[in-house]
Amino acid sequence: MMWGLDEVVVRLGGTTVLDRVSLPASPASVSVVVGGDGAGKSTCLRALVGTVVPVRGTVRRPSKARTGYVPATTGFYADMTVTENIAFFARAFGLSGPGLDRRSVGLVERAGLAEARGRLGGRLSGGMQRKLAVVLALLHKPELLVLDEPTTGVDPVSRVELWKLVSAAAADGTAVVVATTYVNEAARAGWVTLLGAGRVLATGHPSDILGAVPGSVGAVAVAGAPPRQPAWRRGPAWRVWAPDGHLPEGAALVEPDFEDAVVVAELAALTPSTGSAGATPGPVVEP
Amino acid sequence: MWAMVVKELRELQRDRRTVAMMVLLPVLLLVIFGYAASFNVHAIPTAVFGPRAPAAAAALHAPFHVVEVSAGAGEAAARSDLRDGTAVAAVVTGPHGVRVLLDGTQLFSAQAAQAALSRAAFSRVPLLRGGVQVSILYDPGLATSWVMVPGLAGLILVFVGTLVTSLGVVRERQAGTLEQLAVMPLRAWDVIAGKILPYLLVAALDLVVIIAIGMGVFGVPFVGNVGVFVLGSALFLLVTLGMGILVSTVSQNQGQAIQLAFMLTLPQVLLSGLIFPLSSMAAGVRWISYVLPLTYFVQLSRGVMLKGAPISTLWLPLALLALLGAAVLGLAVARFRRDLAPGAKRQPALPTPGEAAAP
Repeated sequence: MMWGLDEVVVRLGGTTVLDRVSLPASPASVSVVVGGDGAGKSTCLRALVGTVVPVRGTVRRPSKARTGYVPATTGFYADMTVTENIAFFARAFGLSGPGLDRRSVGLVERAGLAEARGRLGGRLSGGMQRKLAVVLALLHKPELLVLDEPTTGVDPVSRVELWKLVSAAAADGTAVVVATTYVNEAARAGWVTLLGAGRVLATGHPSDILGAVPGSVGAVAVAGAPPRQPAWRRGPAWRVWAPDGHLPEGAALVEPDFEDAVVVAELAALTPSTGSAGATPGPVVEP
Repeated sequence: MWAMVVKELRELQRDRRTVAMMVLLPVLLLVIFGYAASFNVHAIPTAVFGPRAPAAAAALHAPFHVVEVSAGAGEAAARSDLRDGTAVAAVVTGPHGVRVLLDGTQLFSAQAAQAALSRAAFSRVPLLRGGVQVSILYDPGLATSWVMVPGLAGLILVFVGTLVTSLGVVRERQAGTLEQLAVMPLRAWDVIAGKILPYLLVAALDLVVIIAIGMGVFGVPFVGNVGVFVLGSALFLLVTLGMGILVSTVSQNQGQAIQLAFMLTLPQVLLSGLIFPLSSMAAGVRWISYVLPLTYFVQLSRGVMLKGAPISTLWLPLALLALLGAAVLGLAVARFRRDLAPGAKRQPALPTPGEAAAP
């Protein structure tokens, strides 16, 4: 069964925060919603789990008993221990018996939380809190797992451990939807939805988004004034984007990677007429 | 410095609830202490019975305010009126003198009546010169603790029910766990009942402890029916817990919840009759007392504990508490459900195994 959103419109306080957004979530795959702050990622996920009601469009989701959700906050009880939180979530989902014990022990060990069972949730490190939140969301083997920026503010090692948990869930057949601001995390997804100001800027497999980059992308050494074209920093050089394909003098044509593709998609949304972008200083993105 | 002043004013301007509290609270306190907070009793509801009742009633002057005159009835009717709260003083005339019964649970009224009687205003009436025997019922020593403990029990329940409950729910919202609860396979009613029940138990335990201490340490009697007291307390608790949930649904953080709960608790302390007698309040302010649940709990608890009033005489406060409970708890639950299941009514019945919601 394919879960997800179809042409969903969400209005909050008179403002359209999602405008005809579609988001697929297939079993055994990871679908990533990527975008900047205020792009509508969290609203998208909330519409998917049902805490926000769209005014138009269709939401397809499993029953609550088969949905796992990690909100942007941790979603567990800071003044309860890891074990107590697991017990509460298990009761809420009607889980019990040796099967639950095996699953919770396995998840806790894979998340590296075995030594922290007796610690209060609020006393765990940021990375451990995010991992606990994912463990709790996975406890009942959900068909749909929805994670709102699970790796934001988490150290690189914990991010890897978190993604192992997520990947293992997808490998077990769970449809996973992850919102993130990290473009490199989106690059490994089976499907990417790039949001900007509540609208879909690009969607598809990362290779499809990469293949659809309009114009040309070039590299300019960091020296002197920033380029007049739409530009962004990548390590020691500027990247410039020429919507019409004509790179400025001194810019070397490069093969864009997924991060470039995402930036170009956002720049394209900001540039009303791609033909005139080279005439005036373009928007500059500092990743 | 100006930067700080401007910043503070901007923040204050956006925190409308604090501004409202800063402006409304002094006005509220002024009104309460100006019109309501008075220990001076100007009118004591008085019933007059016995063969010489009409003459005695004609002889009574302020602060006695005659509400009933019956030449055919005697002391039994007088006691009944005092127990039911119809009168605070009852004058029973007989062939050998006059007996005055006072309701000791109305501390200040009873004291005022005693003072008025001792001024011998009565003795000027020839019919009554034979002497006046004064009896104070329910709180013969006019001990403050006897009338305060039953009411204080209610105040503690307001504190636990409204403030602590609202904080408990707001904490869920602030921590983001309310959003998690909303997506769990829990019925909204299960979440609400699950949130309320622990506080109900703690509040009930508090009530038992307060009453036990009142009886053990201060010697407060409990002469009435425990079942009636339990029923009244349960209804009152439902109102206060409903108020707690209601406060939480309109508060984004614990600070806001405390402010609002305080604004709901303070009038109850001052206007419920717990401290200041209702009869001393200006009529324009007294109507506020009649929408406050503590007003009815104070009547109930004093009625049951001190007077031994049966359920038949306490049906009005019980019914009003039930009405308030249904209204407040109903509104609170409706608002809380909306937080937990937004737009639930707008979505069609969802098929199994998946849900497809198309507005």
